[in-house]
Formats: sequence, structure tokens, C-alpha cells
Amino acid sequence: MTFLQLKDVSFTYPNGFQAVQHINMQFDLGESVAIIGQNGAGKTTTVKLMNALLKPTSGEVLINGENTSKFTTAQVSKKVGYVFQNPDDQIFHSDIYSEIAFGPKNQKLSASEVKEKALHAAELCGLTKWLEEHPYNLPYAMRKFITIAAVIAMDTDIIILDEPTAGQDRHATKLLVDLINHLTAQGKTVITITHDMEFVANHFNRVIVMAEKQVLRDANAREVFWDHELLGKSHLKQPYISQLAYSLNLNEPIITLDEMVSAIKRRINS
Amino acid sequence: MSMITMKNVYYQYPLEKEQVLKNINLSIEKGKVYGLVGHNDAGKTTLCNVIRGFIPSFYRGKLTGEIELDGKTIQEYSMGDLATRIGYSFQNPFTQISGVKETVFEEIAYGLENLGTAPEVIGEKVRELIAMFKLDALQEKNPFELSGGQKQRVALAAIIALDPEVIVIDEPTSQLDPQGTEEIFKIIDLMKKKGKTIILVEHKIDLIAAYVDEVIVMSQGEIKMIGKTSEVFTNKEVLTYGGQLPQVALLSLALQNAGITMPTIPITLVEAQQAIEKILSREV
Repeated sequence: MTFLQLKDVSFTYPNGFQAVQHINMQFDLGESVAIIGQNGAGKTTTVKLMNALLKPTSGEVLINGENTSKFTTAQVSKKVGYVFQNPDDQIFHSDIYSEIAFGPKNQKLSASEVKEKALHAAELCGLTKWLEEHPYNLPYAMRKFITIAAVIAMDTDIIILDEPTAGQDRHATKLLVDLINHLTAQGKTVITITHDMEFVANHFNRVIVMAEKQVLRDANAREVFWDHELLGKSHLKQPYISQLAYSLNLNEPIITLDEMVSAIKRRINS
Repeated sequence: MSMITMKNVYYQYPLEKEQVLKNINLSIEKGKVYGLVGHNDAGKTTLCNVIRGFIPSFYRGKLTGEIELDGKTIQEYSMGDLATRIGYSFQNPFTQISGVKETVFEEIAYGLENLGTAPEVIGEKVRELIAMFKLDALQEKNPFELSGGQKQRVALAAIIALDPEVIVIDEPTSQLDPQGTEEIFKIIDLMKKKGKTIILVEHKIDLIAAYVDEVIVMSQGEIKMIGKTSEVFTNKEVLTYGGQLPQVALLSLALQNAGITMPTIPITLVEAQQAIEKILSREV
């Protein structure tokens, strides 16, 4: 059942800059979806419309069938959590625990519930041993996990991650994958904006491609990464393994390393 | 010729119990591009801050060992000299944007203005950079209106405007789309052709493999490996330090596990294509 829906949404910033046009998207609970597209395609604006940080200039954003324009941003933020692209836009406490506990505290939960949610979120994000540290004592890539934990602690139905893979190493990327799987298994919807095509090819089924303020395609990763016309229009690239399969003329829509290994094996054995 | 030399360098941030840089010995050759890689928190940004003299001038703490730039110890340079000889582009472009300029054009011109460059020279240089970085459509915009990736391009252009000999770039493409990322790598290549010495911190290993001359692998404050890109990225020891190998090198390891051995471990797409074509045509 559709939980979050954007119906013909357009948005123009107060300075007259139109950032998105006629966006239609819908998401069920428990889904993991990637949004990809060139810089300036309208990805961040779109997700900010989902959690009512921005209100549509025209069109409707519906959560559970209800138009979000009836609610305040604070009310919507209980349903839709947004992790900013830049962690430093979001961090304002002097220790990591307080930063993570801020959301649940504001939700007027009991002290024990606040603690439970904050500690659980910290654990999921691998932050347990740094709870008393100042957030700025951790490097940029890890500060991003503080902001992810802060949003997870709010226990919203939808969690939006804006470029969580930026600057992350192999272990952090794995942590992120586990985190997304954990959240979706709990019935939450996770929407991830990323520029990392390998990450998308390996870990997402549903991919939304945006270009020039609009949605160009909403399909599975394999279809997206083997549609050269679509990739050209949206200025995106195939993952490296797909590029290799393409240049080898393997005639198979390969998107992962394992698929490539099997394809080569099959050819050698045939 | 060595542009930057470090001997037995150790560093500890103020109030911290542990050293974040340990026994750093390094020689950065003039005119080469170095890829500095390693896990989050390995000490990469701290090492960059030492190279540009921000440690210990701005971040205090305890720095020991010898650091030389172009044959002179770093202490012999004033902070201003260092800043013009070593350009540094921040990891987070949001931190670097000056906040005092109204347009992208002015933002890129800001450093040159501070150096007292003649206005007509500034105009010419900035226009050249705007073309190089494909910022034409954005030049009249306020830097704060730009997207993360656009800010990242402006931040790097502002550094290159100062024409430093050494360019230290901390993750210039973390918020850029694939096309924007390749454009930045092409600019880095152009800087190399102009004889610049470049140190690049980057997680996009596949691009590093295609563009840099040497790779430095850091883990837990130490340099674990250093050498030619083709040597380091064909060595799976990189993985034990929490680093990453190019996709095609990982593919060759996966094929090896499946009983298929490539003649050589590839690090770029072209090399991988050639190696696999050989395997498939049963030349090996």
C-alpha cells in the first residue's frame, strides 16, 4: 500500500528558481529505493518536499493518504526523517549522545525510552564507543553517521539519506547496507540519494532516475544501468563492471562482480 | 626532485591521548600525482593539514619530526608563504566558501584580490577558470545557492586561481555525480601537465587507479604502503588495512577464487578488457 506519495509536485524557490517540475513518486512501507541523477537534477529538493522542509508550489505530498500541507513541518518530521547531505548543517550538540537523543527527547518520550532509542541508534551506526565525544572530534565521514543515528532515534516511518556514501570507506559502506536492511526489515521505508553507481547496482532493486528537474525513470537497477539512452540523457554512467561487460560485448546486462565472474566462467566452460 | 619530505613525523592533537600520525616518512616528488587512501579516520586529512602547515599553526598539539618543502624546513616559511605555495581544497566545500562574496565569479576572484593582483589579470584568470570548470551558467549565482557538487567545483577553482605549486585536495568529488567527478579528474590531469605536485585524498579507487602516479595507503595513523599505482593496487594487502582495490582488481581476485587466473592483475578498465579477452580467446 502506498504510504508516501508525491502527486504532480513542482517547486519554485522564492528567488524564482524552479527546482523540480511535475514530480510523481510513490513509496510503500518497507521499501528501499535509490534516487540517482546529476548534480542539480532536483534530488535534494524532492526529498525536502517529502518531509515538508519545503512545501510544494503546486501538487500534493500525501502521507498515508493525507495531504501534508495540513500539517506543520514539525508534525511531518515525526513521520519522515531526513539526514542532511552536509552533516554540519545538522549537528549542534557538544557530545554525540545528546545529539542522537535530541530527537526522541523532543518527541516527549520518557527518559528511559529516550535512552533506549538513542543507544540503539548509536549501536546501529557503530558509534557506541564515542558517545561522550564532541561530534567535531570525529572526521567528516563519521559525523555523517552521527546524523544518521539522530534520525534513526526518532523512529520515523520514512528515513531519507542524502548522499550517505560520500567519502565513506569500505567498512562504512557495509555498515550503511546493513543499516538499510535492518530498517526496511522493520517495515520502514529508506530513500537514499547517491552518486555511487556501484553501491546502487549492488544493493538496490528500485532506482529512480532524475534529470533536469524531473523523474525520467522508476525501474529496477539492471534496467536503468543498461538503458544507454537513459544514462546519456541523465548524464549518468554504468557501474564499472557493466562498462567492462559492455566493452567485452558479453551481451548480458551484468551489474555486479559475481554476475561477471559467472559470465566468464560460463564462456570458458562452453 | 623531492618537493615535500617528511622524516619521523608524529602528531598528537591537543587534549588527545593518542598520536594520530605515527612515524611518517615520506618523499613527495615534484610534478607527480599522489593518491592518499585509507579507511575513515586513518589520518589522511591530518596528514594534509601537516603538509600545508595548518598543523601546528592553527591546530596546536604536539608535532615532532622534520618536514621540508622545496629544500627548506617548513618553519622557515611564513604562514602566508605556505598558503600561496600549497593550495588546499577542503573536504567539506561548505567550510571553504568564504561567505563574504555575492557571486561565484567574485568567490573565485577572492584569493587573487587578497594577493593584490591587478583587476584585469584577475578578470582574465577567473574567466579562464570558469570555462575550465564549466561554471558559466553559475557565475552570477550566490555560492550558497549552489548544490553540494557545484560548491565543490567552485571551491577547487578558487584554489587553482592562486596557482600554487603544490595542490592538496581532500576528497574533491565526494558530492559530485559521475560526470562531474570525471571532469575534476581531468582538471587534476591538466594541473599535472602544468607541472604541479598534487596530493589527492579520494575514496573513488577506480578513478585513482586511472589517474595517479603513486599511491599512499594509510591506516591508523601510519603509512602502510607507498609505491607506484600499478604495484599498490595489484596487492591485496591493501584490503587488510581497510583500504579498497579497483573493481577490476577485485574481479581478478574473484576469478582467481573461481579457478581462473588472469595473466596480470588489471587496475583499469582497458587493462581488464585486454586480460579477459585473452582468457576468453584461450591465449592463456
